[in-house]
Amino acid sequence: MFALVDCNNFYASCERVFQPQFEGRPIVILSNNDGCVIARSNEAKALGIPMGAPAFQYKDQFKRQNIQVFSSNYALYGDMSHRVMTVLKRYTPNVEIYSIDEAFLQFKGFEYFDLKVECARMRKQVKQWTGIPVSVGLAPSKALAKIANKIAKKFTAKTQGVYVIDTEEKRIKALRWTAIGEVWGIGRQHKMRLEAMGLQTALDFVGLPDDWIRAHMSVLGLRLKKDLQGLPFIQLEEIDPPKKSIATTRSFETTVSQWGDLEERVATFAVSCAEKLRKQRSNCSALYVFVRSDPHKKGATPYRNSCTVTLPYASNSNLDLSKYALTAAKSLFRKGIHYKKAGVIALGLTPAETRQLTLFESHVGKHQALMYTIDKIHHRYGPHQMKLGNQDLKRTWKMRQEHLSKRYTTALTDIIKVK
Amino acid sequence: MSESHLSFFKPNPATRKMLHLVQEGISAGFPSPADDFKELRISIDQEVVKNEEATFYARVSGQSMQGAGLDDGDLLVIDRSQEPENSAIAVCFIDGEFTVKRLKVEKDCIYLMPENPRYQPIKVTEENQLQIWGVVTYVVKKV
Repeated sequence: MFALVDCNNFYASCERVFQPQFEGRPIVILSNNDGCVIARSNEAKALGIPMGAPAFQYKDQFKRQNIQVFSSNYALYGDMSHRVMTVLKRYTPNVEIYSIDEAFLQFKGFEYFDLKVECARMRKQVKQWTGIPVSVGLAPSKALAKIANKIAKKFTAKTQGVYVIDTEEKRIKALRWTAIGEVWGIGRQHKMRLEAMGLQTALDFVGLPDDWIRAHMSVLGLRLKKDLQGLPFIQLEEIDPPKKSIATTRSFETTVSQWGDLEERVATFAVSCAEKLRKQRSNCSALYVFVRSDPHKKGATPYRNSCTVTLPYASNSNLDLSKYALTAAKSLFRKGIHYKKAGVIALGLTPAETRQLTLFESHVGKHQALMYTIDKIHHRYGPHQMKLGNQDLKRTWKMRQEHLSKRYTTALTDIIKVK
Repeated sequence: MSESHLSFFKPNPATRKMLHLVQEGISAGFPSPADDFKELRISIDQEVVKNEEATFYARVSGQSMQGAGLDDGDLLVIDRSQEPENSAIAVCFIDGEFTVKRLKVEKDCIYLMPENPRYQPIKVTEENQLQIWGVVTYVVKKV
């Protein structure tokens, strides 16, 4: 059996653990730089705040309806996520951490356990130990567990946050209840095509012939169908596959128009990409760099541009990535533009072990030792201690975070005060 | 290009000797007899943190629990995995505020008991919003 454990309104719940006065009150969490809404509590959803709502447009509504606004506090969310996942691992050794607030659990050899009781106990323990409410869906396959989870969450009062699909009758009922676009793994394109064919629910999808699905949705679609039939074809992925591309993109706190300022930002983003690459032992062979002006600034010249540079050899060195990202940025730079956002995306990732040798570049070995040393220093003394000459030593991600809560679990200066 | 500018070197396999890689480094002196008995240094976490996932910290503000040894500025270790029981010291959230008090469970109500004669017990009725946030297991104070 598989269980999908999903934290309810995770970011909002994290904030509420340390500020319980917001229990039952509408909360929204804004993206980096306080740009737009990326998470909402149930109460905020009920007030009609859409996902992705630009903060500046909804400012008045937030105030009028007494909606509590938070900047995203990833130090807090990351630590709380880790706590939740660690509690889950007490229940089975087979855990796939699917996202910051979701995990698949596989129960193998639990035939003599009442898994519904176990899951209810797990849900209670996560709530008591970490303060985070979760919903659990239990089913014979991952795709069905995902649906069971939706049911558990939607009908919390009736299900007590745990729903099990363990009979054919429940499976059919659940599939009929699930709209085709809501099925895990059916994207927008497939959704439109299937709806155009008159299919509405997951049950309709399962009724399609195997051959048709294989022809139009590849073997992945077929696997999904089997999964929805209760035959576990989609396996648990316990080890993260290395990411296929790595990106660091940020809006700036204020707009910049000088080359020196833009240079500093792009260099910092490139170095951040290099660090992420080294962490997963990859090299990249190309960089995509983009810059963008402020779209909301009236009267200013709108400008957005991007370019891709191919590196002469695959690398994950701070110096190489900064150098080539800046070459690209330099070619994008125009005078008189107020830049608001830039980004560096590392493409063509290859394992660092299998680097192709080149004739004219022989200093990569030297960089490796240097990068190893820098990473070690950062590990010991904290990040961002050593930078390149073109980076500003004082700033890293200076973001606009006007509604940031404290780092209650990761900084002693920020812990709660009790009277 | 004249030949003198460019010369190629080839490794001569006949003269290459294989050497052992010694990880530890060699010093000429007597090897340390302590090497085989290395242990991790003591960390206060071993004593005060029973369940890492459930452990949180708080700072005391005020003197309401002086009698229990909780002074202003002390660091509290909170273990949410512990069930709150009668006479436990707990961090509670009541009426919009965090407070640390000793729990006194009566038949039909709960008292939050201070340990300082200058403070009054707080009677928790159905009208109050009480959340017992976590049980205090240790207090760290500067002497």
